[in-house]
Amino acid sequence: MSTLSELFLTYQSLIGFVGIDALLALSVYATLCCGQLSLANAGFMAIGAYAAAILTFHTKLPFAAVLLASALAPAAFAVPLGLPVLRLRGVFLAIATIGFGEVVRLALVNWDFTNGALGLVAIPQRAGLLTIYLILGIALFFFARLRGSKLGYALDSIREDETAARTMGINTTLAKLSMFVFGAALAGVAGGLEAHFTFMVAPSGYSFSRVVDMLVYAVVGGVATYVGPPVGAAFMTLLPEVLRGLGESVGLGPGPLRLFVSGAILLAVVLFLPNGIVSLPLLVAAVRMRRQRG
Amino acid sequence: MGQQAINGIFLGSIYALFAVGYTLVFGVLDIINLAHQAVFMLGAFFALVLVGTLHVSIAVALPIAVLFSGALGILLDRIAFRPLRGRADSNLAGLITSIAVATLFEAIALQLFGPDTSRFPFGTFPERRLQVGAAVVSTLQLGIVAISVVLMVILTYLLRRTRLGRQIRAVAESPRAARILGIDVDRVIAASFFISSALGGAAGVLFALAFNSLSPDVGRSVELKGLAVIILGGMGSVPGAVLAGFAIGLIEVFTVAYLGSSYRDAVSFAVLFSVLLIRPRGLLGRAALREA
Amino acid sequence: MLLALDGVERAFGGLRAVDGASFSVREGEIHGLIGPNGAGKTTLLNLISGLLRPTSGSIKLGDRRIERLPPHKITALGISRTYQNIRLFPALRAVENVIVGEHLVRSAPLWRRLLFLPAAREEEHTARSRALSLLERVGVRERAGARARDLSYGEQRRVEIARALASDPRVLLLDEPTAGMNAAEVSAVAALIRQVATEGHSVLLVEHNVRLVMEVCQQITVLNFGKVIADGTPQAVAQDPAVIAAYLGNEP
Repeated sequence: MSTLSELFLTYQSLIGFVGIDALLALSVYATLCCGQLSLANAGFMAIGAYAAAILTFHTKLPFAAVLLASALAPAAFAVPLGLPVLRLRGVFLAIATIGFGEVVRLALVNWDFTNGALGLVAIPQRAGLLTIYLILGIALFFFARLRGSKLGYALDSIREDETAARTMGINTTLAKLSMFVFGAALAGVAGGLEAHFTFMVAPSGYSFSRVVDMLVYAVVGGVATYVGPPVGAAFMTLLPEVLRGLGESVGLGPGPLRLFVSGAILLAVVLFLPNGIVSLPLLVAAVRMRRQRG
Repeated sequence: MGQQAINGIFLGSIYALFAVGYTLVFGVLDIINLAHQAVFMLGAFFALVLVGTLHVSIAVALPIAVLFSGALGILLDRIAFRPLRGRADSNLAGLITSIAVATLFEAIALQLFGPDTSRFPFGTFPERRLQVGAAVVSTLQLGIVAISVVLMVILTYLLRRTRLGRQIRAVAESPRAARILGIDVDRVIAASFFISSALGGAAGVLFALAFNSLSPDVGRSVELKGLAVIILGGMGSVPGAVLAGFAIGLIEVFTVAYLGSSYRDAVSFAVLFSVLLIRPRGLLGRAALREA
Repeated sequence: MLLALDGVERAFGGLRAVDGASFSVREGEIHGLIGPNGAGKTTLLNLISGLLRPTSGSIKLGDRRIERLPPHKITALGISRTYQNIRLFPALRAVENVIVGEHLVRSAPLWRRLLFLPAAREEEHTARSRALSLLERVGVRERAGARARDLSYGEQRRVEIARALASDPRVLLLDEPTAGMNAAEVSAVAALIRQVATEGHSVLLVEHNVRLVMEVCQQITVLNFGKVIADGTPQAVAQDPAVIAAYLGNEP
């Protein structure tokens, strides 16, 4: 019987990670959907995670309040960061946000209050599958209602041609900043959830690789709609588990296998399926239609 | 103080060598090649295999590793960048495909060499300590600085005095105009990748020798510092990358000496932010970097 | 005077793209802006719409100086435009492009949508039908669902005009709206411009098609090398020796 409960526990944590990764993918999508590549979200996630952990250890706040704080804390940083940085051209925005993420990580490595590089452990598990998926549901609801709204149209237009959008009367700086802050809040709450799901926070969990993972989830899933990033997150999180047996039979260690599969899928998607996994049904349908005709 | 300066120049020469390849590709393609650090790493491992397993001397292994890295660069261009030519989203897509290939390269290294630190065998590079005024310099440090400088001089000569160099600069200026002039843009880009990756691989070997450690994730931290260097120097400017590489090396060493080692990496990012917010084009870069 | 330019100058390095330009546009007027290639017409439109700042001089809308305002504020004050190279949002459908143009006239707080309030659904419905009727006006209603990048050149130009009208502007800046159109399409655009002016919008029309400009405009400003060389009625301008000299040796 202990193996059964072990099995459930394993899958439970995997399903939890899928939910958290889906939130992270959506946090990157928040800025990608208006054409901005921001790679700051590992830093925002770290701020949210640490804020939540500190509040849990040092206060008696209910978990809902802790999660709210984990969303608001990074959002507060996102405003002064976003204002100067969102004016930069594409690749420079990416670099500036990478820089921010690294600065946060380095600051945490050097912060004695939270044990520096060792981080905080034994955080009580206050986040369960229900909480994670409830928050994911709320996030998805927001994105669903955003589509087709006045702000949603504004974001689409900024993505397509920001200069033209400005002459339509759209305050593009404000629109971009809103999504930047929203993405920061999402990443922060995902961090808070993860901290209370995996019992620990440490700076090494919020490195540049982390935000690259988030970007990969979003791109692999497809960034044309908000459905893509969660699908991508699920795919990329579950795939290594599915392939684990295969890897062992071929003699590949789990580490290299995971990386190899990750890289290969990412490359294949960008080159052959630029609108991500969610565009696959459309592609299949189009090919089928063409076959029927010709 | 003199000792710090020497250490700074030594560190800076490696940063400069790494950054020069980074900025060359950006100048030509307008894309950040995030696989540069993976070539940096694989080039070093290749040299390690030559020296450690095949007992080739470092003097022979280094040039071979450099050529190998250049070849990796051409492969990289073929699979990650060339298929995207002409696509509207090529900048973002190129960034992501370079991440993909970097991941693949890292996977290969991890499988072949494991996650732990590898080292060049003792005695790979004859080490002696020399006294220069009040400072101490090792022959290894001198060798690394010398090799870096030589490679950067060769690159400068190549860019300024050869036909290929002129073509590279033309494509960097405007690929469309270059094509109209009859330049084979794809071939020039492939050549740029060869050069860029060859230098990146060289930087990797020197780095592994300098710090006596090498692992599949060694490229990660250098990559981010490399970003700070090319931003400071000016994106696309080779002389800028050289200048900035040495500058950051010196800044880093002096920061550690006077503020402590915990600020070591942070200072590069402080420089990065300051440059982006005050003068985004860096020291020697072209203007027009903000959106309208 | 609705729109007044006074001594507007814009230099790029040593080159004066616009050199002391002064002219005005009245309410309901169709005002032409012509000149040989490179005369500075598009630069002027960029200055008026706020994409560029003048190095000196002033631009007034009503009695409000606008030359230092950001583009979105200038549009909010009632100036909208089309582009010489057509800048529609390629992946968006024609009707969606026009809906974006309505941004300023929509009052649609997001929270209403979040709560599924009927007011929100009504508002979207209104926005959409308004966009469709604008497309009808410019004659491309049947292409409403096509993505902008799939439209023909002439269709794109007309959608862009519809989009510019969507914000109900006081002044409409048109940058070569009939480039690449055939005679029938040009007449349709001419009729549209006249109708728009009758409804109270002023139009500043930049054009290479001098005949169209002569037919449709009440006032014409002629630009050459960034300077205003003539400013008056079509008849006066057509006989102005400076204008004739500027166009001799250039394509009419």
